[in-house]
This record gives sequence, structure tokens and C-alpha cells, in this order.
Amino acid sequence: MTDATLSFDVAMEKFDPVLGFEVHVELNTATKMFSSAPNVFGDEPNTNVNEVDLGLPGVLPVVNKKAVESSIKIGLALNCRIAESCTFARKHYFYPDTPKNFQTSQYDDPIAYDGFLDVELSDGSIFRVEIERAHMEEDAGKLTHMGGATGRIQGADFSLVDYNRAGVPLVEIVTKPIQGAGSRAPELAKAYVAAVREIVKNLGVSDAKMERGNVRCDANVSLRPYGQEKFGTRSETKNVNSLRAVENAVRFEIQRHAAVLDSGNTIVQETRHWHEDTKSTTSGRPKSDADDYRYFPEPDLLPILATPEWVESLRAELPEPPAARRKRLQADWGYTDLEFRDVVNAGVLDEIEETVAAGASAAVARKWWMGEIARRAKLADVDPVALGVTPAVVVELDALIRSGAINDKLAREVLDGVLAGEGTPADVVQSRGLAVVSDDGVLQSAIDTALAAQPEVADKIRAGKIQAVGAIVGGVMKVTKGQADAGRVRELILKTLGVEG
Amino acid sequence: MAAINRDDVAHLAQLAHIEMSADELDRMAGELAVIVDSVKSVSEVAGADIPATSHPIPLTNVLREDVVGHVLTAGQALSGAPDAQGGRFRVPAILEED
Repeated sequence: MTDATLSFDVAMEKFDPVLGFEVHVELNTATKMFSSAPNVFGDEPNTNVNEVDLGLPGVLPVVNKKAVESSIKIGLALNCRIAESCTFARKHYFYPDTPKNFQTSQYDDPIAYDGFLDVELSDGSIFRVEIERAHMEEDAGKLTHMGGATGRIQGADFSLVDYNRAGVPLVEIVTKPIQGAGSRAPELAKAYVAAVREIVKNLGVSDAKMERGNVRCDANVSLRPYGQEKFGTRSETKNVNSLRAVENAVRFEIQRHAAVLDSGNTIVQETRHWHEDTKSTTSGRPKSDADDYRYFPEPDLLPILATPEWVESLRAELPEPPAARRKRLQADWGYTDLEFRDVVNAGVLDEIEETVAAGASAAVARKWWMGEIARRAKLADVDPVALGVTPAVVVELDALIRSGAINDKLAREVLDGVLAGEGTPADVVQSRGLAVVSDDGVLQSAIDTALAAQPEVADKIRAGKIQAVGAIVGGVMKVTKGQADAGRVRELILKTLGVEG
Repeated sequence: MAAINRDDVAHLAQLAHIEMSADELDRMAGELAVIVDSVKSVSEVAGADIPATSHPIPLTNVLREDVVGHVLTAGQALSGAPDAQGGRFRVPAILEED
């Protein structure tokens, strides 16, 4: 079933959007929030758990000090007030992703509250998003639905559960209702999540990889007629887990809400699920009794007291804020405002920084990330970062080009091989036989053939029309299937004809 | 008037996935009402300036250093599972996608 939508422009003429976000950030501590089991992504199922994570009877959870400190740092970076005293609470629900039948979270006394984040939009303007709270909790296990046609829960026969993620420290950041974004709502949504991701990555408290679920976003959208103060009924789109998806999901929900309201119907307050394949949301469950979580203070965990001394010592550890960092990087790299903004908007700032750190020049790093990699990402309809190219690959490709082993055209073929899982660029050059022809003997014979085929061009060059050499270079490239160093070919042609370059 | 009635108990039982008969609901509503009323009389003694007590023990900041400690093998983790497959717990499909 497909929901009706209005065009975005028509929706914006008729309605004023209000947004809200819940962003979950997985902390990159060595151990879990309440147990000493390892917090590691991608290991064999159920090998990073102990009795506490499995909720076995008689266990006693103990709070991870570093997780608390990371949470305070996030609160400080979001300009929040830090609670002098706060507690944990049990949030009860029945679902196999939590073996305890409750999630340990915080309820009415979050560790951080009343903050704000200044978000920079693509035109350089600043939009202030107010932060309601940031609280500590734990992640749930991962379910894989088996059987059924689609791999989705509908039609599944059973589910398999891996509790490695259960108990991983999370910080949930909740905004106040965001008003006044207007037609920039989808862009703001993306920019906000990008800004949170940037902050937690910059703090070093999270790996912040959205494709791994380190940063996950639930997006609330409601519409109201212009001039009306009261908010409309909202929908909550769950687990929108890439920056592009956040933008697209907010845009889609605005268009869907507008169609419902415009036809005189009402919005159902419900959870929606985002589908990357159809770029649309479908109805989840309505808000109901299931949302009565029977919170109560966690009796096994004692209150956290954040003394001013502790908070100030953590504040002193905060790194350079991202906005200041951007100014510095732009100056270091010598990019124009426009070039730099494009880099930021493409979400490849970190990648370029890592590529430069790994040994490439700023110009080369930009050439790759904003050129070939961006082009491929667009074709594949993914974020450039999600394509699978690493800074190390870019540096190696550049080194191969500079050493004369491959040229730009071959480098693109090498990248094909790397993305196809054929190994490092050097491996691909070897296995696909992509090295440029650098054997002068081979080149010379190709040049002799090309000159013989176009004697009138050879005469022109001899007569001093050096620019005619291009036609011969072209002939040589054709014979060598592009695997020749054009500069070297040009040199050899001129030498053959006895002309000074 | 009791702060908890039969409907509240039925609602809580449903949330907690506890099946209760009509007799049990009647009896439990009465028993819980006594408990809730008793707690309420304590609240009357405590003034507005006394914060609610979440813990009876006067301790705070019981924290653990972020160092990896005890961990189970997958075999140990699954040893009490009613059903398992491929190193993971096997559970009935539940139609709720959160």
C-alpha cells in the first residue's frame, strides 16, 4: 500500500512543519554500560556477553565510569546543564532484544538537560536547535528474522538473537520541538544529525559510524496550518540510519502528512518505518498501552553525583569544537569557501582529513572524494562514506599514479577492482594487469607504427607544429589500450622525430 | 479512597503479562490499596522539601573502571537457552518491529 503525498512545494505552501529528533549514540567504551563484557562490533554472536548482559538471576550491574564521563562530555558539548545528581530507571517492555524484560535507562532526571546546538546549513546560515535532554541507557541485542519471503518480521517463522550489543552504552539525545525551519526542514534534519555525529566523533566518545548503527535517529514530524500555535499530531519514523535517509524521511513524512491533512483526514499518532528501497515510510504500530513502560528507580544502581570538580575536569578535556576545527582545516587545506562547503555538505570532511593525514595532498584528497568517489556514490545512491573506499586506498591510488605505475584512467579501473573486493590497489594492478606500459621498447614500436600510419602528421611535427603530437599520442594510447603514460609517449615521439619539446 | 483500584490492577497485570482471574484481581486490588495507602501516609510526614527516596543506602558513584573482565563463551551463554541455532538464541517471531 502506498500513501498519497503532496508535492513538497505545495505541502510547504499549506503547512508549517515542526520537527523533533531522538538520536541514539553508542559509546566506544572498552566495556558495556553495566557489565565488564567487551563492547566490540562484529564479533561472533554471543561471545561478548556475561551474566549481567543476559539478565540472569542474582547478578549485580555496576556503572561504567568512563561511560558516565563520556555522557557528561556529550552534555557539555551540547551546551547542556549537568545534573548534580541523577539516577537510573527500569523501562519495562517485553521483546526478545532485551533478556531482562526491561532496559536500564534514565527517566525524570537525565544526566544532561537544557542545552542547544547551533547547526550550520548549506548556505552558511546558523539554525539553533534546543536540546531537551541527553540521558544514559543501554543498547539492546540484535534480532535476525528468519524465514518468510523478505527477511522482514512480517511472515518470519522465528528470530535469532545475538546479545553482543545488549548493554552497550548509549546516550539518547532528545531535542525540544523544532519550529520555524519551514521548507528547510529536511535539510535541517540532515544537518542536525550530521552535527551530533560530528560532535560525538570529535569528542572521541563514539566511533560515530552510522552504517554500523553507532548513531541512529528517530525523526518526529508534524504539520500545522501557518499561524497556529498548537502542534499537529506527530509521527515518529524509527531508525533512519544515514544522513541522506534522515533528509529523505523528513521530506517524505511532510509530503504524506500534507496529503492526509489536505484531504480533510487526521494524522494517526504512530511509529513509521523508513524504507530505503522505496524512499517511503510505512505504518508501524499505533501508540498504545505498550508505551506504558512502568518506569521505576533501578534498585541495583546507586545515584550518580556529578560534582562541579568532576564536571570541570571533564570540560577541560573537551577538544576543539567542530566549527573551530572547520575554520582551521579550511585554512590548512587552502580550499575556497565554496570548495570547503561542498566538502562539508558531501559529508567527507573526516575522510579528507584522514586522507591528508595518511600522506596525500589536500588537493589530491579533494580530487578523489569530491570527484570519482562522489560520482560513484551518486550512481549507487549512497553516501560517499558508505561506498567502501578508505583513505588508505586513496593514498595508495595517488602514490601509484605519481610513481607512473598507473594513469588516471587506469586508476578508475583499479578502484573498480578494490570495490569488487579484489584487494588493495597494488593487488588489483597486479591481478588485472593494469600497469601502464613503461617498457620503452614496446612504446617505441607503437610510436613507429602510429607515425607510419600518419606520415602527414609526422611531417607537421617535424616542421615545428608540436601541438600535432596529440594525434600520434592518441594512436599510441589506442594500440596500448590506454595503458601508457601519455607524458612519456609524447617525449619519445618528439625524440624519435628529433624535435625539441 | 484507595489510590489504586481494580481497573488499575487489571491494567498493570496486562502490562506485566500476568494472567489474573477475577477473584485474584479483587483480592490484589484490596491488598495493593493497603500498601499504597501506607506509603501515602509516609508521604504525608515528609514535607515538600524532602526529595523522594530512590535508594535506601546512603551511597553514590559506585563506579567501575572501563576494563574488560569476565566474559562467557557462546556455548556458556546459550547453555540455558530453550532453543538455539548457529550460536544465537532462537525465539518465536514476535510481530513488533522495534
